[in-house]
Amino acid sequence: MTQARRDEARSGMLFVAPYLLVFAALLVYPLLSGMWLSLHKADLFGGSQFIASENYSRLFHDAVFLRSVRNTVWFVAMTVPVLTVAGLVLALALNDRSRRSALLRGLFFCSSVLSVTIVTLIWRMVLVPDGGLIADLLARMGLSPIAFLSDPRLALPAIALTTIWWCIGLPMMLFIAALQQVPRDLYEAAALDNAGWWRTLLRITLPAIRRTAIVVVVIETILQFQLFGQAQILTLGGPNNASLPIVLFIYQVGFQRWDIGYAAAASEILFCIILLAALTQYFAARNPRRA
Amino acid sequence: MRHDREGTTVGGVALRGISKRFGSTRVLDDLSLEIAADEFLVVLGPSGCGKSTLLRVIAGLESIDAGAIEIDGRRVEHLPPGERGVAMVFQGYALYPHMTVRQNIAFGLLNTAMPRDEIARRLAEVARMLELEALLERLPAELSGGQRQRVAIARAIVKHPKVFMFDEPLSNLDAALRARTRQEIASLHRRLGTAMIFVTHDQTEAMTLADRIVVMNRQRIEQIGSPLEIYRHPATIFVATFVGSPTMNILPATRNARGVALSDGTVVEADLPASVPARDLRVGVRPESLTVCPPGSGDTRAVVEFVEFLGDKTHVHLQLASGDRLVALDEATFAAREGDALGVRFDRAALHLFDAGGMACGRRL
Repeated sequence: MTQARRDEARSGMLFVAPYLLVFAALLVYPLLSGMWLSLHKADLFGGSQFIASENYSRLFHDAVFLRSVRNTVWFVAMTVPVLTVAGLVLALALNDRSRRSALLRGLFFCSSVLSVTIVTLIWRMVLVPDGGLIADLLARMGLSPIAFLSDPRLALPAIALTTIWWCIGLPMMLFIAALQQVPRDLYEAAALDNAGWWRTLLRITLPAIRRTAIVVVVIETILQFQLFGQAQILTLGGPNNASLPIVLFIYQVGFQRWDIGYAAAASEILFCIILLAALTQYFAARNPRRA
Repeated sequence: MRHDREGTTVGGVALRGISKRFGSTRVLDDLSLEIAADEFLVVLGPSGCGKSTLLRVIAGLESIDAGAIEIDGRRVEHLPPGERGVAMVFQGYALYPHMTVRQNIAFGLLNTAMPRDEIARRLAEVARMLELEALLERLPAELSGGQRQRVAIARAIVKHPKVFMFDEPLSNLDAALRARTRQEIASLHRRLGTAMIFVTHDQTEAMTLADRIVVMNRQRIEQIGSPLEIYRHPATIFVATFVGSPTMNILPATRNARGVALSDGTVVEADLPASVPARDLRVGVRPESLTVCPPGSGDTRAVVEFVEFLGDKTHVHLQLASGDRLVALDEATFAAREGDALGVRFDRAALHLFDAGGMACGRRL
């Protein structure tokens, strides 16, 4: 390496150094220290003892943790496909310049800016059997109310519904942005090529917004694996852990039972699950021609 | 090669009283036009004159507010683009980026009920015709500009349309490729013998390709005619100045008993028809119809403002005593310099007269 190149590399490092410092301090260090912590039996208020992989072997035999993993995977399976497909359908429906579409885009997006507390409060008013919106509607039809949040089969789907309502804005906006990037003359060429609406969607639109679809699925998977607030406020993970997600399990173990080594181990497993899911989707969806 | 289209009569395209508005803006105004079934028609005009809209209206990519469109003897204005029997080559080619060349070409045929072996036969035919055989498995991103252009043309040809439409297809190519593709399109038209409508703002493309040129300006047709008619007998000042390079010289003039008087007092003797008005005339003269000559000779005198040497010829920019400016074409050996006084001779047979509204009156003198 010549002196000039070395100087250039050094000044380049100076430019990236501020970001690297923040990245290292707030991301790399906590990640590594979390990994290290997961190998200890540690109390939130002091006292830590190295126990190697014992936390992990305990986790794999912990019925509550395994339940929370199943719950979370089921929750992701319920929300991510719906968020992706509904986001796309809304984007296709509202991708024009009319005032009506602009208004509806705003309406669908505005739920996304609400805090989880407000969202869950709204949906509690919808879902509770005692005077809730759905219970009221059922009563008018002469049907008995459904206790969504205290029924073990319905608690998690109810949280999923709440989450979809809350999160639909982002996928919709990402898809609208992608749709607006598709050159108009492609659609005109397709029209001259006798392609109907459905075939144009399948052969022109979807391939054109493929990358955005991958981004939406990966982002939503990562987000929804971290389900916490909605479950904490709506059901506290109940009834009988039926809606307990991994993050709520981590929170309860770490900050209610103060067993932070064990909580750290659960966090690492969540980290690996999310990483694996995101990478699988990314590689599975990658276009082999452009690899 | 001519495509066989059994049972169809030769029809071409007919537009009758087409009008189109975008909001309050009128983009086509009561436009009528007929295109023969084997004609190469070039629509020439500046940006925003409505020429692309005209093409899109025929293709069905834009609806019309009034009028009728016939293609091959059939009313089509109510039909979707795919059912009109037209194919179009877009300015940016509009190739499907995620499909291979083969898929791009075959897409339109796959959307019809055409048998697979017929699709394969047509695909092989156009691939051979446009030398695309080696590129069939490539994506558009892996092609050069000229290759993309050929794929876009192949995609149009493979459908055996009744009308081909080209929307400024050469504007994205470099000068050398543009000249070659122009020749290829001309030879394609000879081989296919199908109606072609070619939209451009480039007069060279229009002059070299067209059987007839339609000159458009401000949403209206200014003139329809063969390239030579358009050049030699422009119907309006707009056509006169839009076609030809350097542009036609336009000088203010009045009618008098002997002919036409220019503003510097020069009288060009001519026998004018009675329809020519007495005042507010414009005389048009192409640079090649002006001859520079020694001072004191010619019809009038002028001062050289500046000179452009182009190698094979010279553009001489002149100023008359009245202050009016002229450009004359001279030989490469032109020797005068800026500030020199010269005589200028008008070729009487090549003078054009326009009235105050810009319309040609009496055509050439």
